[in-house]
Amino acid sequence: MKQLTALQQQARRSNSFRSASLPLDTSVDGAIKSPATIFWLVLHGLCCLISLVLGFRFSRLVFFLFFSTSSPSATTNLYSALHTRLPSSITTSPPAVNGTAVAVDGGSRVVVGRHGILIRPWPHPDPAEVMKAHHIIERVQREQRIQYGVKSPRTVIAITPTYVRTFQTLHLTGVMHSLMNVPYDVVWIVVEAGGTTNETAALISKSGLKTVHIGFNARMPILWEDRHKMESQMRFHALRYVREKKLDGIVVFADESNMHSMELFDEIQNVEWIGAVPVGILPHSGGSEGVELSAVSREDTDKNENSEMPVQGPACNSSNQLVGWHTFNMLPFMKRRARYVGDRAVVLPRKLEWAGFILNSRLVWKDVEDKPAWVKDLDMVGREGEDIESPMSLLENPSVVEPLGSCGRKIMLWWLRVEARADSKFPARWIIDPPLDVTVPAKHTPWPDAPPELPTPVVKVISIPENTEKRVAKRSRKRSSRSKRKRVPKVLEEHVSTRHSGDN
Amino acid sequence: MKKWVSAMLFYFAFCVRIEAFKFHKTQQTERISGSAGDVLEDDPVGRLKVFVYELPSKYNKKILQKDPRCLTHMFAAEIYMHRFLLSSPVRTLNPEEADWFYTPVYTTCDLTPNGLPLPFKSPRMMRSAIQLISSNWPYWNRTEGADHFFIVPHDFGACFHYQEEKAIERGILTLLQRATLVQTFGQRNHVCLKDGSITIPPYAPPQKMQTHLIPPSTPRSIFVYFRGLFYDVGNDPEGGYYARGARASVWENFKNNPLFDISTEHPTTYYEDMQRAVFCLCPLGWAPWSPRLVEAVIFGCIPVIIADDIVLPFADAIPWEDIGVFVAEKDVPKLDTILTSIPIEEILRKQRLLANPSMKQAMLFPQPDQSRDAFHQILNGLARKLPHDTSVYLKPGNKILNWTAGPVGDLKPW
Repeated sequence: MKQLTALQQQARRSNSFRSASLPLDTSVDGAIKSPATIFWLVLHGLCCLISLVLGFRFSRLVFFLFFSTSSPSATTNLYSALHTRLPSSITTSPPAVNGTAVAVDGGSRVVVGRHGILIRPWPHPDPAEVMKAHHIIERVQREQRIQYGVKSPRTVIAITPTYVRTFQTLHLTGVMHSLMNVPYDVVWIVVEAGGTTNETAALISKSGLKTVHIGFNARMPILWEDRHKMESQMRFHALRYVREKKLDGIVVFADESNMHSMELFDEIQNVEWIGAVPVGILPHSGGSEGVELSAVSREDTDKNENSEMPVQGPACNSSNQLVGWHTFNMLPFMKRRARYVGDRAVVLPRKLEWAGFILNSRLVWKDVEDKPAWVKDLDMVGREGEDIESPMSLLENPSVVEPLGSCGRKIMLWWLRVEARADSKFPARWIIDPPLDVTVPAKHTPWPDAPPELPTPVVKVISIPENTEKRVAKRSRKRSSRSKRKRVPKVLEEHVSTRHSGDN
Repeated sequence: MKKWVSAMLFYFAFCVRIEAFKFHKTQQTERISGSAGDVLEDDPVGRLKVFVYELPSKYNKKILQKDPRCLTHMFAAEIYMHRFLLSSPVRTLNPEEADWFYTPVYTTCDLTPNGLPLPFKSPRMMRSAIQLISSNWPYWNRTEGADHFFIVPHDFGACFHYQEEKAIERGILTLLQRATLVQTFGQRNHVCLKDGSITIPPYAPPQKMQTHLIPPSTPRSIFVYFRGLFYDVGNDPEGGYYARGARASVWENFKNNPLFDISTEHPTTYYEDMQRAVFCLCPLGWAPWSPRLVEAVIFGCIPVIIADDIVLPFADAIPWEDIGVFVAEKDVPKLDTILTSIPIEEILRKQRLLANPSMKQAMLFPQPDQSRDAFHQILNGLARKLPHDTSVYLKPGNKILNWTAGPVGDLKPW
């Protein structure tokens, strides 16, 4: 008895124990050596040997085929493929789902024993069903959002200043896609420097969002400082539009080249009047210098106690109240800062970027009773062309700003400025329509709008690939090293390469 | 009829927000509105009295001391029920006024090195315990155990074996024929499920599940989720025996289907993944019940029950058809069709029902006990069986049970 228990204990690895292949007499307690037992033992041994040779349990198969112990419903063969007519059998849908289990086994017992493994003839997913499943998942997620997400979500009013240039498509598409994914209503106000153009209009019409395209009658300057000022003015212009039209919602300053995460839009729903989110600053530089730079700054941060965090945003004390502001430490970059658009140096942000502020649109409305006392009227600010650095200038008292993003600790927005040279050429709407619009004159023509302190021509040649593909860059470098007349072949290269890109 | 009434009452009860188990109480009221008063919320205190026999510690404490793993495996309900009853207000020290008698004997605590309980000594242990109580107290002989209840959470309940064929052969222990059995196993028309038994969920560790909760706003992006064995290579290499071939069928049909996130891995994020899934498969294994059902209910994942004729826990109090999806074993190849053709309103409704905290509470065995948890549901079940029919009280000298029936091995003393 003990031996048997021990044997069974040994063999038992999971929640049950399969007896030896003999389905008959299983209780071997005190087995008497009768002829029948000996016969079965011999047969068992024989089956074992055959199984060893064949590689599977032969005896089971024999018993299966000859002495079918299970009921007809259970088995035919070990791996029987069931002939199910899949599409037509869908008619037995929901009402039958619960019913089948009950109806079939109303009186019958479930049989113990070996059953076949039912496999349908084409065990692969049906695309229609996959689509249905995705719809189900989508609906479930929507329900979850309704249940646990923001109650009574407000419209998001996104303000984006833009102007036509090489990188406009890249940046604007990025913002557009972010806004298209926002699960709330969005009104997108695009302010364009230099007046509205068809190029921009064509781009933003693809969004499917409610867009407002406003022109701003001034050209975007080349120097970064001037550009920042103009952008502020453009945003202000958009705020005037909000005021005029009495748009209701939450104002977000979605700069083109910034990167917004979806959590940002969920977080801003919590704003009451004016909130501040932490912005991750990514000071950019156009070449390998930039990589070096960031590596250097990281080293510095390791050494220093006060690590220079590339974050601009609210700072709180332990009781989550606003006590101050983090600003990005620009000192290490001051020497290498970019001065004009397209410069290969570090583009620095201002002290507090507009992007980090979220406004309730009612703040800019006129004649609203429940506007808080500490907000200045929009018309009062920005007169005489003074520079409006940030929405803080709308406030009398800066301490009313609500810190969002778990009090400045969770960064859901990154600030980045990447631009090509102001005079770089690109095909209009990025469609190559021969004959090419761009005709660049032959050698040694001075570039129009030459900014002051231009780099030397040599460098210029190599810098052009910034706005075309890398292929071009490689080719041009090779070429430039070979021939002396660098400009002409380079320019031809450009034509050729752009044509290639159009053919693709 | 009673079942329908209680089911209907349960139906209409979802306006009531219940304070329980620190679950997300900011739940919005999507529930089916109606009046209160459903069976799950009954309070058993005052409706019954339970007398706990004082058995020598070799039947309970010493066994537990030998192997403390008994407190964490899925059969731990027997131990926690004992502890609960000792300190519960339904306990009475006067056996004359007791409605029910409880015998604390831990029959599922003889574990292998792997942690699996061996049932070979359990019949003898139970028999020995019953002999003790029948000789020391007159209450057993009064009714031959009809007002006694026992907790037998092992695979096939009081059949005391892990292998189904052997369990059926043994049948329920003869001495327990008249007692009420509280067990995890439930299958209709099965020898090991006695009429009038109370089916309970297997034990799942409440604290562990609590620590793995994720915010309910996390979108559910997995359609069907399952982790576990499909083939039990150790005991059934060719397949077809384990789970009656149903699990193997799931694997063979859906291993290539991107909607089905099924595998045999044991990830550390198992609980979190369940909370990100819409459907969780709960197929039978060697026995039809599984802790997956409890986990699915706790984590709000709609259970897809693939086990013919299964009797689910507290079936008279919980409307399982409304909460879960039942799929016949022979319909497993069509599982994807079945699941995708459930109307979306049904699915949302099931999720709402699952979100009800009283449902989750009823599946758990928290320590210390909380109101409306599984302990109280067991007591509710016992209370619903009261009052005892006068015919259970036997005349003195009248014997129904045959004390010498059963396999010879059972009759040996323990």
